[in-house]
Amino acid sequence: MKPFSVFSLQDKQDLSKVASFEHSRFLAGGTNLVDLMKHQIEEPDQIVDLSGWQEAHQISESDHKVTIGALVTNTELADFAYRQPTLSLLSQALLAGATVQLRNRATTGGNLLQRTRCYYFYDTTKACNKREPGSGCAALDGFNRIHAVLGTSEHCIASHPSDMATAMTALDATVHTMNAAGEVRHIPVRELYTLPGDTPHIETQLGADELITAVSINKTARGTQIYQKVRDRSSYAFALVSVACAMHVKDGIIENINLAFGGVGSRPWHAKSAEDYLRGKSATEALFSQAADVELSAAKGSGGNDFKIPMLKRTLVHVLGQAASHQQQHPDHEGAIHVR
Amino acid sequence: MSSITINGQTHGLPQDPRTTLLDFMHQHLQLFGAKKGCDHGQCGACTVLVDGERMNACLLLTFQLAGKSIVTIEGLASDDELHPLQQAFIDNDAFQCGFCTSGQICSGVALKSELEKNRPSTLWFDPDYTKTEDVKERLSGNLCRCGAYPHIIDAVSICTDEQEA
Ligand SMILES: Cc1cc2nc3c(=O)[nH]c(=O)nc-3n(C[C@H](O)[C@H](O)[C@H](O)COP(=O)(O)OP(=O)(O)OC[C@H]3O[C@@H](n4cnc5c(N)ncnc54)[C@H](O)[C@@H]3O)c2cc1C
Ligand code: SF4
Ligand code: FES
Ligand code: FES
Repeated sequence: MKPFSVFSLQDKQDLSKVASFEHSRFLAGGTNLVDLMKHQIEEPDQIVDLSGWQEAHQISESDHKVTIGALVTNTELADFAYRQPTLSLLSQALLAGATVQLRNRATTGGNLLQRTRCYYFYDTTKACNKREPGSGCAALDGFNRIHAVLGTSEHCIASHPSDMATAMTALDATVHTMNAAGEVRHIPVRELYTLPGDTPHIETQLGADELITAVSINKTARGTQIYQKVRDRSSYAFALVSVACAMHVKDGIIENINLAFGGVGSRPWHAKSAEDYLRGKSATEALFSQAADVELSAAKGSGGNDFKIPMLKRTLVHVLGQAASHQQQHPDHEGAIHVR
Repeated sequence: MSSITINGQTHGLPQDPRTTLLDFMHQHLQLFGAKKGCDHGQCGACTVLVDGERMNACLLLTFQLAGKSIVTIEGLASDDELHPLQQAFIDNDAFQCGFCTSGQICSGVALKSELEKNRPSTLWFDPDYTKTEDVKERLSGNLCRCGAYPHIIDAVSICTDEQEA
């Protein structure tokens, strides 16, 4: 690990006291950044340590919305959201990720900004445009079983690994930030991440001095929710494919639908075309299959990950079917359910 | 608050901010109970309790832990008596080479308190989940290359059941 200096942030106002944000990284739980620093993939000269920032550990609630401080741990958030029917999808996604040890340490802000698990990104002897812009992409004709099929470019096919961010994308969460000049932004999580294009090293629209302060989610009713994660083993593995779904069906008609995919997109994938196709129509298996085709029409495999396209379709159709039949059996049901 | 408490003893923080808790314990304090299996958060052999919560010591930078209280496998037993879960590991033959054991036991100790706090696992969304499946899911962060899982699950299950009784 390369040596670094430490600035200890006690309050978000302290951002203005940081002399420079060049070669600087915010450090929250460190479960991703410390790992990458050990591999010398991340080599910051300065760490802005967030562990003394007390205010960011709070979850606050109003009648309409929940605001989650950036340092709320994945365990705390899963525990909280489990007991909130309109948000329990988020709990299901968080608890499907990593392990208890990691979730106890990982934070809300850090989870959103965790980096890809692409093998070549981790291997400093290989070409990687994300790690070293302009060097090429070893994954394109290498092992690319875990890579993305949506939103990729010829410069990078890495998938975004977060389960939490996928659920937050479905729930249309808002990310709150502040920069060193004290400017505050409220960014829909659906707009936080940029597509790789020819700049895969840029992953979000955040500036180097821009701190995530909190994430807020409206408490509107969303109906039956399902986070279905398909992976190589049933625990402690990243998603090959995941579907986050919330559906409200009334008299056989899909009144409201929220959909996002994990493991398949270069960012947590908001399945907007599928949502638009489904909304207002009668919930049938044929419709679900058509909606999957609409969303997946632009999907592109790279060889090793070709299987993800049919796997995503099957998972989506299954999840939509389970959510719809639960809504029909239990009208006005609100909350996450388990499906096999 | 530039100190850290480990098994009841207070220590100054290491000079170099790059020092992980695991390396600090191994290289500065001669505490070798927590093991280094992977050094990347992927195996759980380094599991310790930080203010009672289990975490991977290999991914913790020590300077971030000022004021925290750490318990490792070395701190679980009292005077002459083993911790009940340590005893259960012996009684159930829950290890082979023993390399994962200190992490498994720290994890199991925390698991018990997490159940007492009613913390959900992903299985809780399934009304038909079994206690054994739940223990397995909650212990998935501790790998055992010897494959001693069945007896590890037995030892931890026996201890958590006793707690509930
Ligand atoms: C073995 C292993 C398995 C895993 N499995 C899964 C899985 O199945 N599913 C899953 O979703 N995740 C998984 N993870 C990833 C884990 O969820 C992330 O490492 C974790 O959420 C990161 O949070 P952190 O607080 O530790 O972030 P850090 O490591 O501290 O930071 C990560 C990034 O976010 C930035 N950052 C942190 N906080 C802020 C802030 N407030 N404002 C601006 N920038 C910030 C940092 O600068 C850094 O770039 C796994 C990790 C490991 C090691
Ligand atoms: S897919 Fe992206 S992260 Fe992976 S090697 Fe190619 S450029 Fe790097
Ligand atoms: S040594 Fe820490 S998880 Fe493997
Ligand atoms: S007993 Fe050998 S690794 Fe678990």
